[in-house]
Parts: sequence; C-alpha cells; structure tokens
Amino acid sequence: MGATVTTANNDEKTWGGGHEIQPLGSSYGKMMMWFFIVSDALTFSGFLGAYGFSRFKFIETWPLADEVFTHFPFMHGVPAPMYYVALMTFILIFSSVTMVLAVDAGHQLKKTKVAIYMFLTIIGGFIFVGSQAWEWKNFIKGEYGAVETVGGSLLQFVDKDGKRVALADFAVKLPEQREALTRSHSTWFMEEAESQPSFTVAEVQAGFKAHPEVLIRTEKLDANKKKTILTREDSEKHLATAKYVVEGANLIRNEYGNKLFADFFFFITGFHGFHVFSGVIINIIIFFNVLLGTYEKRRSYEMVEKVGLYWHFVDLVWVFVFTVFYLV
Amino acid sequence: MSHEHVSNTKRIWFVFGLLSAVTIVEVILGIYKPHALEFNHFVGLNLLNWIFYILTIFKAYYIVWAFMHMEGEKSSLRWSVVSPVIFLVLYLLFILLTEGHYIYGVFKDSTIKWNF
Repeated sequence: MGATVTTANNDEKTWGGGHEIQPLGSSYGKMMMWFFIVSDALTFSGFLGAYGFSRFKFIETWPLADEVFTHFPFMHGVPAPMYYVALMTFILIFSSVTMVLAVDAGHQLKKTKVAIYMFLTIIGGFIFVGSQAWEWKNFIKGEYGAVETVGGSLLQFVDKDGKRVALADFAVKLPEQREALTRSHSTWFMEEAESQPSFTVAEVQAGFKAHPEVLIRTEKLDANKKKTILTREDSEKHLATAKYVVEGANLIRNEYGNKLFADFFFFITGFHGFHVFSGVIINIIIFFNVLLGTYEKRRSYEMVEKVGLYWHFVDLVWVFVFTVFYLV
Repeated sequence: MSHEHVSNTKRIWFVFGLLSAVTIVEVILGIYKPHALEFNHFVGLNLLNWIFYILTIFKAYYIVWAFMHMEGEKSSLRWSVVSPVIFLVLYLLFILLTEGHYIYGVFKDSTIKWNF
C-alpha cells in the first residue's frame, strides 16, 4: 500500500503511480475522505428525506416543534423554544472554527498552536454531545402527558385559554391497586417493557369529569397552524375512546403527537450524535499524534486537515438537521 | 493546490461571524414567525420555509467552501464531489416528497382512516 506509508519524508501525499501523479490535484487520503463524505451526506439525505416523506404523509397532524423543544437549563417552567438548540448550533459552529484554525496553524507547521486548537475542538465536541444528551432527557421525560385513543391518535389537555394542562393537574387517584408486571410474576417475555404511567386511563377520565374547565386538543392543525381544541361535549366523546396514558416519549408512542415524530427524532439526532462522538474520538487520536510530534517529523499536518474535513461535515449535517427538525 | 502556506485567520473569523449572524436571523424568524411570511405560499412552500432553506444552503456553502477549503481545490475535485450530491439529493427529495403527498391524499379522500 504505497499510498499509506508514513515515513519521515512525506510520502503521505503520494499515490501508487509515483510522485508526479495526483488525480484531481489531491492526495489519496484527502480525496477518499471527500468521497466518504459524499456517501455519508447521501445517507443523511436519505434519513431527512424519509422524515420529509412521513411529514408530508401526516402534514395535517404533525407535532409543532416549538411546542416540543422548550427547555433551557436553569429556566424551569419558562417556555424557551429554540434557544437551547440555537446555543448547541453555536457550540458546533465554534468548534468548527477552532478546527479550521488548527488546520491553518498546521499549514504553518506550528505544533503548539495546532495542539491548542485541536484541544478546544475536542472540548466543543464534548459539550455538544452532552447538550444533546440533555435534550434527549427532556424529550424522553416529557412535560404534560397525553392519552392515546383506540384509533391511534393522540389527545392532549388544555384549559379554557388553550394553555396546556399536565395530567397530574387534574387526574384523580383511584383506590384500585395497579402493579407493574415484573419478571417474578411472569415468564421472561411478559415483563412490561416500559414503566407504568403515573395514571390509568380510568383515573384520567375520572379527573376529566371532575374538572369541567379542561378541554381536549387533537393533533389536527387548523387554518392558523394551531392544534384544534374541541368543545367540552366533543372532548368527552373523544376521551371515552382513550386506550393508553402516554407520558414522555419512547420508540412506540410519545406525548407530542405522531409516533413517527419521536422515532425520527431519536434516529436522526442519534445518528448525528454518533457522528459527533466518533469525530471527537478521532480528534483525540490526532491530538495525541500532534503532541507526540508525529506530523512534525513528517513535515506535514495533512492528517489534521483530513479529520478537519470530517468534523466540518458533522457541523454541515447539523445545519440541515437544525432547519428540518426545529425551524420548518 | 491548497498549500500556499498563508494564514487565512481573518477570513475564518469573517465566515464565523457570517454563520452566526445567519443562525441568529433564523432563530428570530423561527420564534416570531411573521404572519405575512408564514401564510403566503410560493410553489407549494410558505415564504418562511423558503427563507429557512435558502439560509441553510447559504450556510452549507460557506462551511464547505471556506471551512472545508473547497475553494482551494481543483475544479475537477469540486465538481466530482458536489454535483453527485446535489443531483441525487434533489432526485431523492422529489420522489419521496411527491409520494408522501400522494399518500396524504389517499388517506384524506378515501374511506380508509389511519388515525381517528
């Protein structure tokens, strides 16, 4: 493998055909990184395209992103749509900047500068992955709770002014005892995969009867792109068909609306987060190589440039995920 | 070739400022959602979403051209990377979104109900 030898006299940029030959004016490794990025970009496009497909399919009932992602650290109960994800975007863009500064310092063969900028990039990557974990935690935990009907649609609860009401605010505790099915009471495959919700359907229905001011909001978007709020009579009729109490989100159902919404959220942001995480790991490896002076001996920091390409690609994907999931 | 060995620091910070400014504009528009933009449509998409997609592609252009240093590569490499992506993504989106819209119509106009 003549293309990948790593000797001190900079053979890194050489193709198998000799020193003069450079297809597309690029070294072997860099060109292959570009084509890897092409294929990965198409993979992400496939995912985002599938999201678009499902969203177009359920265009009238899709959840509203600014009602889902409203959390910000230390601002409990204050709805702050988009601020947190904007912050995450800045963190990622900034770590892209430090990465490109590392590449720039590499061109000038300044080892210390490259190391410092690589280190900052790694820190930025960790902060981003941590932020994503926090976002997932809030998404999984949920805020208000909802019920699912036998037909598979989701009902949420609002008060007279259309403000969301949490299940805990109106549901009553009935005396009947419920126990989660555990392994000790069943065979191994009968264990309940999810923990029990805080209330049963009967408790939510009883609480609804006791609170005449509570109304039901369906998934359907009206002409003003707001969710439809039913009258009290219609609300009662709809709630009679309730089958599950849904709190938070998992891969089967979620309290935000369409089931596919949570599935796509988990899958696409998860796949992107996995890319960020592997990018951080690769950056750490290259960072140590910089410290050890590997590239100093080679008189070429092209490896930094290659991982830089990957890191910028991760940022590039986030730009699209941000638009598709949070803005549009 | 991209090995001039000159420092591009000034340009890097300029692009960072540009990307940040665009992101801030996007967030402001996303929070306030001006009524005139959200409820006027152009070719099946409302103006607000048009703005979001255009700004996204604008950001993507600067990330690829300035940060990934595509502007310093030979045009043969540029084309062999960018053109397949653009062509295939447009093709994929056209098919998926058209079909998604078609299925929406099937559910809406027929007696079959998906969720009720």
